[in-house]
Formats: sequence, structure tokens, C-alpha cells
Amino acid sequence: MIAVAYAAGVDVGSTQTKAVVINEDRRIVGRSLIDTGANVVKAAESSYIAALKQANVDEEEVEYVVGTGYGRYRVTFGNSQVTEISCHGRGAVHLFPNTKSVVDMGGQDTKAIAVNAEGEITDFCMNDKCAAGTGRFLGAAAAALDIPIDDLGPVSLKSTRPIKISTTCTVFAESEVLAWIGKGKKIEDILWGVHKSIAARSVALMRRVGINEEITFTGGVSRNEGMVKALEERIGKPLNISDECHYVGALGAALFALDHVMTGRAPVARTAEVTS
Amino acid sequence: MTTRESTQELVGRGNREGAALFRDWFAELDEAGRNGGQSAYVFVMGSINEVLKTFDLPVVFPEINSLQTAVRRVAHEYLETAEDHGYSPDICGYVKADIGMQLRGGQHPMGQMPTPSMSVLTNACNTYIKWAEIWERMYDTPTFTIDIPGTRQAGGQTWRGDADFEADRRYVEVQLSELITLCEEVTGKNFDIDKFRQVLGYANTMSRSWKRILDLNRSKPSLFNALTDGTIFLGVANGFRGTEAGARYFERLVEEMEYRAAHGIGQAIEEQYRLLFVGVPCYPIFRRFNELFTDWGGSFVNSTYLWFASGGTNSGFEYDLTDPLASLAEGVLINVRGAMDAMFHQNDVLEHMAKDFDVDGVIYHPIKSCRTVSTGLADGRRHLTEELGIPSLFIESDMMDRRVVSEAQMKNRIDAFFEGLASRRRQLADA
Repeated sequence: MIAVAYAAGVDVGSTQTKAVVINEDRRIVGRSLIDTGANVVKAAESSYIAALKQANVDEEEVEYVVGTGYGRYRVTFGNSQVTEISCHGRGAVHLFPNTKSVVDMGGQDTKAIAVNAEGEITDFCMNDKCAAGTGRFLGAAAAALDIPIDDLGPVSLKSTRPIKISTTCTVFAESEVLAWIGKGKKIEDILWGVHKSIAARSVALMRRVGINEEITFTGGVSRNEGMVKALEERIGKPLNISDECHYVGALGAALFALDHVMTGRAPVARTAEVTS
Repeated sequence: MTTRESTQELVGRGNREGAALFRDWFAELDEAGRNGGQSAYVFVMGSINEVLKTFDLPVVFPEINSLQTAVRRVAHEYLETAEDHGYSPDICGYVKADIGMQLRGGQHPMGQMPTPSMSVLTNACNTYIKWAEIWERMYDTPTFTIDIPGTRQAGGQTWRGDADFEADRRYVEVQLSELITLCEEVTGKNFDIDKFRQVLGYANTMSRSWKRILDLNRSKPSLFNALTDGTIFLGVANGFRGTEAGARYFERLVEEMEYRAAHGIGQAIEEQYRLLFVGVPCYPIFRRFNELFTDWGGSFVNSTYLWFASGGTNSGFEYDLTDPLASLAEGVLINVRGAMDAMFHQNDVLEHMAKDFDVDGVIYHPIKSCRTVSTGLADGRRHLTEELGIPSLFIESDMMDRRVVSEAQMKNRIDAFFEGLASRRRQLADA
């Protein structure tokens, strides 16, 4: 029996932790997604174990693990750490090889990333010190309207007369949404306004690094079809979306890990002190 | 002296002596503060220390006082004092830390600061003007604003012999004459032209040396960190401009740097990436900010901060001692104009410097406190990265207010920037 090489990536985000196990053919054989919660170390471990279980792979069979995301230095079993910016670029180009621009929308930040054909970052830009234009903004709207996050996109697409959300502050968004409800506006029209507001801020970020086709949308918010439509309308170009888009950071980390397995070269990353 | 002894004596001497001079300077201010002595409040972009030192006036640089509170991690206390007094969080952190200190009776971490007997400012920063007006209201301080004609448009600098330049120089000279009159009134001393020449001579030594030191950092590896070591040199360049101590310090600093260049003695880190810094340092986490780069082997070989915050004296302009006032006017015009250009018309200079210093990347650090210095940085970055292909990083925080400094966010961006640089370098090596 020929041994198969496995590598893994664990993306510890502010809201959710994702783990991906890939084989030497760069195919995803296991994945998991859990809420990060307060215990970041445990979230990384739990997510990794769940992905291994789905892959039916023992931990000893995984030759290299790369941690990414804000909690990357808390992936205690990781061999090295790479930023999620590099990982999203790498993962997006793996899924869509003609990708030139990546927009990653996560829980607390949105990234615009320019990549070359190898998936290397040539430039990037992120939201600074403010959650406007991120998943948090949607979360605030969902809370104000008391509807599940997964329903935000489908409901928003029913809009016929969208309103304009003027605030750029996530905290104030909630009160603005409530104000529109008070004025008798329909929930779908308010929600579509929220999506358009986020799209406007995200596209402004993307313009800073240049928007070049093909454009791949990654991160948890990419599952929201309303957000996809809002971004496509704003950019005027179609977006690449994959069922794996939520896992792109972890996938990129796993690909960096596999590089090490296959070539013996460590990722271009620092292996800093990991704290538990 | 053996090579080893010379190395022990010379390497790091500039930092040690700079720190000692800094303590001396603040001891002088503390004494003035405690005994009701005189002082002149001035700013880094055009202090006109050459005139003030002729009258033996101790100089207070509120910008330096304020950044010292940030480096010592107490800035928030002063900022809160000013904000409690009604100053908006959006106002320049330097201004608020100074106002906080004034409201606390001049108590500063480095001593008791004197109140201003007079203040001297240029138009290099629009906030300077409103800042000095606060001291006018607080203390009835005589304020002297020098209007320096700036560059009319990018690439449009005029020089000696041009009609426009001569008109501008005369305009500055008249204002300097009026400043001398004010100094006589404030100090009760007569202007001493011989002493003035001596002060200008010391300033010449400092300017000549400063330019030499900055040029020497082309060495590989670089000799000093433009962000950390450079800030120490900058403090002496400002506080001791036109003094014998300042001139001697810079002569000895040149000696150190020439020795290091000759013996290939660089910084303490193994230099892997040579970087230019654009903007004002992140003083609330000053050392840590630098470590985020040095951890990757990144070293700052030059910085626009060392140009504009030295009042443009990096030009190396030397005064003609046979015609001192006219020459001071010329120097002030060229240097302060240069300081403003370092903020507003920096693209060409950065482009040349990137080549001269063989840099791997440019770090832009816009700050919340200062829209003046930060506004054009996005265009500058676009020019460098998109048109010239020079990698750059844009990270925003503040030079004073730790509430808008997120180390985790910074680290993420800085790590990603270096990952990109390292990846490209690996690709080139593989090709």
C-alpha cells in the first residue's frame, strides 16, 4: 500500500474557525467549520479534529499544518503560520486559476487582494479599525430585524424599492435600520440597502488595489447571495463563487502546508512563538 | 587604539550621547520651569533656533514633548485631560498632549516645563498657527508667525538667481529682522551679530553632518535604523541646532557612521529587506512597531520623517557667514520649503531614493492626528506601486493616540507584506 501525503490548514477567524485537510493531489478530503467562541485554542483543535474525522485521516498521517487567521498563533499543533491575506490569495487561485482580484469578506474585516498567476499577493488592502463593510454590519442588521443571518440574502433579493443606508458605522446601522422600520419600510428593502451599503465600501477597498478579472469572492459572507448580487452590480462584473469559498483561507493554508510536504521548503512565513 | 577598542568606543556612541544630550536639554527646561525662566516655544519645521540661540533662549519643542509622553506610555493621560477640557478626539494628538500638559501646570514626564515667553512658528503646518493661538489665550504669549513661500507646484522650485526666489528670500529676511526685534524685547538683550555668526557656524556643521549621515546609510548593510536611531539623531538636530554641543555631537556621529561604513558594521539585525518609511512614527508602540519589521529582517534605511521633522536641514544647506541674515533667510526658505515638499511633493524624491538606497519596499504610515501629512499618501503609494512596481504597504494608526493603534491588525498587514516580498524573492531565485 502506497502512503498518501496529507497536509492541513486551520483558519481561526474572529467569528468562525475553519479546517481543511488535503491530499497530495491538492483535493480537499476533509473540512470543518465551527464557531470560534472565547477559547481560541480549543476552537482550532476541535475544528482540526472534525476535519480529520471527515477525511478519515489520522493526525499522524498529516505531515504539516499551517495556521492562519487572527488566531493563527494559537494553533498550538501548527508547524508554521501564514497570514490569511496570503492564504486567501493562494486558495482563490487554486479554485479559480484565472483569478486576479480577490475580495474576502469575513466577520470583522474585508480584504481586497491582488494576486498573480501563482497565487502570490502583489497588493492588498483591508478595512481599518472599523467593521463597516464586513460581516458584522450584516450581523447588526440581522439582529435589528430579528431574522436569521442565513435568510438575509434571500430576503434582500425580494426588494423592489431599496432604501439607502447612510451610516457607515456598524453600531449606528442598527439604529438606522430600526428608524426605517419605524417609517414603515419593508424589511427586504431595508436589507437590500444594507447589502448595497456594504458593497459600496468593499468595492472602494477593491479599487485601491485595482479590480481585474477574474474576481473571486471568498469568506463566510460569500455564501450570501444578496451580497454576491450587490457586489456584482457595484463592480459591473461577475464574481467567481465556489461551494468552498468559506474555506478558502484554510484551503490556502493547507496548500502552503502541502508545498512543504512535497518540496521540503517551509512556507514564506515566520514561525513565531505559539501561545496556548 | 585597536580595532576592537575603536569599535567598542564608536559603535552606538551616537545613541548614548544623544540620550545624554536629551537629558541635559530637559534638565535645562526643568530648571527654567521651576525658576520661572524664559523659553521660546518652537516647532520642528522651521524652529529658527539660529536666532533664538543667539539670545540664549531655551527652546521647547511641544511636538517633541508630546511624542515623549507617547513613548513613555502616558500620552493617554494628557489626551484625556485635553478632551475633558473640551478638545475633540479628532484634533491633533500633539496639540492635545501639550494642552493637557499646560492644563496640568507644565508637568511633563521629563520635568517641569516652562511657560512660553514667546512662540515662533512657520506656516509649514496649518495646525501650528491655531496651536500657538492657544498659548496666546492661555498666557498672553507673543507669537511670531513666519510665512514661508512654498513650492508653487511640483517640480517648480526656484533657486538663487531666479527673480521669484530672490523676492521670496527678501520676504523671509524682513520677517527674520522683525523676529530679532521681538527677541530683543522679550529678552532685554541686544542682538549680537558675532554670536549670531557663531551660531550659524555651528548650524552649518550640523546640516553638513546630517546630510552626510543620511547619505552614508546607503551602505549595505545599513548603518542605523532611520526609524529608531534616526529619531534620536533628530532630537539633537532640533533641540541643539546652532549650538556647540550640537555641532560636536554631529561631528562625532559622522565619525561613528564613517567608521561603521568602513568596517561593514550595520544594525543589530541581519538585514534582509531595506525599507523606506513615509510619515510619522507610531510612538505609542514605538519599539514594538519597529520590531514588527525587524522580526522579518526589515530595516528602515531612510524616512521622510527625518527630512521634514528636521526642518529640511537634510538638504545640507550651509549659511554664508559674511552675509548672515540674508543667508539665514535663504536657508530657512530652502529648508522649510523642502520640509513641506517632503510631505506634499515626495514622489520624485522617493523614486530616486528607492533606487539610490536599493530598497525592497516602502512603508506608508498615515496617521489619524494629521490629515495634512497623510492626505496625499494614498496617491504617492499608487504612483510607486502601480507605475514603478515598488512594493509598498499602507498602514494607518496614530503617532500619539493608542486608542487607534491596533497592534494585531498592524502585524497582520506587515506579515502579509513580508510574505509577499519573500515569495517574490524566492520566485526570482528559482527563475
